[in-house]
Amino acid sequence: MSVATPPAPKERRSARDSSASWRWTDRLGLAFAWVLGVMFLLITVGIVIYLMVQGIRFVKPEYFVTSPSAGFSESETGGFLDPLVGTIVVASLAMAIAFPVGLGVGVWLSEYGRPTWLARITESTVEMLAGTPSIVFALFGVLLFQHPALGLFSQSTDGVVYGRSFFAAAAMLALIALPLVVANVREGLQAIPGHVREASYAVGKTKIATTRRVLLPAARPSVVTGAMLGVGRVIGDTAVIILLLGATLKIVPAEGPVGELRGTGSTLTSFVFQNAPTGEANQPEKAFAAAFVLLAMVLILNFAMDVVVRRGRRLTWGS
Amino acid sequence: MGFLSPPPVRKLPLAGEDTARVVEPNGNGASSFVSSGRRAVASTSLAVDRMQVEELSIAYGSKLAVDSVSLPIRQGEVLALIGPSGCGKTTLLRSLNRLTELTKTASLKGRITLDGDDTATFEPTSLRRRVTMVFQQPNPFPMSVFDNVAFVLREQASRRPRKRELKGAVEDALRRAGLWDEVKHDLAHPALRLSGGQQQRLCIARALAANPEVLLLDEPCSALDPQSTQVIEDLIVQLREEVAVVIVTHNLQQAYRIADYVAFMYLGELVEYGPAEQVFGAPKQERTREYVSGAFG
Ligand SMILES: Nc1ncnc2c1ncn2[C@@H]1O[C@H](COP(=O)(O)OP(=O)(O)OP(=O)(O)O)[C@@H](O)[C@H]1O
Ligand SMILES: [Mg+2]
Repeated sequence: MSVATPPAPKERRSARDSSASWRWTDRLGLAFAWVLGVMFLLITVGIVIYLMVQGIRFVKPEYFVTSPSAGFSESETGGFLDPLVGTIVVASLAMAIAFPVGLGVGVWLSEYGRPTWLARITESTVEMLAGTPSIVFALFGVLLFQHPALGLFSQSTDGVVYGRSFFAAAAMLALIALPLVVANVREGLQAIPGHVREASYAVGKTKIATTRRVLLPAARPSVVTGAMLGVGRVIGDTAVIILLLGATLKIVPAEGPVGELRGTGSTLTSFVFQNAPTGEANQPEKAFAAAFVLLAMVLILNFAMDVVVRRGRRLTWGS
Repeated sequence: MGFLSPPPVRKLPLAGEDTARVVEPNGNGASSFVSSGRRAVASTSLAVDRMQVEELSIAYGSKLAVDSVSLPIRQGEVLALIGPSGCGKTTLLRSLNRLTELTKTASLKGRITLDGDDTATFEPTSLRRRVTMVFQQPNPFPMSVFDNVAFVLREQASRRPRKRELKGAVEDALRRAGLWDEVKHDLAHPALRLSGGQQQRLCIARALAANPEVLLLDEPCSALDPQSTQVIEDLIVQLREEVAVVIVTHNLQQAYRIADYVAFMYLGELVEYGPAEQVFGAPKQERTREYVSGAFG
């Protein structure tokens, strides 16, 4: 048996150290990635700027306070007060359902997860929700809310349930936002090292106290991100609005208590849909103006999210 | 590797004394440093029994980690648990405030009493307020320095009492941990921005805030620099007057510097338990002698 002498170490080169050691294929790949990245960036920025410029030309202050009305020219069709209110109402309602439920499910999956079989089922259900096209939720919602048992959530005349209302739309939109909330809450909680939990138990805190006072505050940036992404999805959805909110020109309250929420209406998305050059109403200027407002809302939301997340990180994890 | 001559041993002040004296080893060529001076241990007579571990065995699944260990834990003394890696020191320590229950595979036999009451009959949360623990890795909560301590003082998840009412108690805990002067101006800063040594002292402050009867320390200095280590050692020696202190350490010199009693564990068994001078100076068991001399040369 011979003792093998280890081969003398060749000149060591690490791919990261200097680009001099890169092969030409690496360089080509990098160049390709760069070109693609810059291209997508330009396209995105281009769309945003184009819409902004187009939109801002057509936005008039009175649109925000005038209800839409039927007409043939841009001067006759009014503004988008009702769709704007509709967007805000339906998003608030949907998040009022999706946020607490999503938070609860996220915490339960991350911190408890018992019984295991139920956690598994819940997990795959949430994943399935995330992958379902919103038109499917919309269709399902129509069938669901037309059922006489759920008649109280919408207008019903002579026993015929109309099935379209802010409640119905918000319920289905909540299902769309739910997976985003759950995923972000879980991610935030799982990023907290286990020894933080142990430290809390070691000074006599219960699991609930630990979750509420240590884990959730530490995960706040993720929780906020989840909620904001959920809001973004909800205000951007069109399918559910058209099928389940009625997409009526104005907000049409139902008879009886909380008639407004049981009635129909529209949102900025369905307003754009109908006023686009290909839509029924075909009032492109209105469509661009409404799209501008929608886009501005989403951008403001993203900006607010960024601020909250940064601040939260600085306050808890330091620097 | 070992010391040719014994290292100087700092004599830490007892309550009442106010200066630490450094005692030079007498250097008479003894192979052990034990004959050298050491903090005079005179507090044994003041010691009060706090906890009693009786025939304690702990297994993870079918693997025995602690094998029928019995020992007392007294206030007024520092008890050091020493032994090679994997001998069950951490497991024994964690069982004292029932943190072992968080490990699903762990099972426990035997009895542990706190002031005469079986700890198994306690609510785990109330036991863990009376027997608190500091971990090897500093693990402050991701919140402000103030909130780290205040959280412990509050009733479970409640927000009462409010910040202003807690200020005194928080300050007191931070003072006892010797951290107050360094953080008094940035109590609102995130705790994770403190240095490692400060974080560990914050963890000690947190553990003291609940006013425990027993303080458990699992290698509290192993992630720290020598200076922070010394600060914490001084602290531990002061603390033993008010709480019973149990410390796990791999550093035998540290055990020698600060411990009054030493328990040597090997493969889950308690091989030897006795006053520090005896365990280090004249170990009764062959295995103890090997371990102690092996580490010191
Ligand atoms: N969570 C666990 N699950 C299974 N086995 C464990 C677990 N924790 C510890 N053990 C086992 O129990 C034995 C004792 O471990 P313990 O952590 O108490 O040792 P230790 O004396 O603290 O060691 P060290 O000095 O390295 O910290 C080891 O053999 C270890 O493998
Ligand atoms: Mg250990």
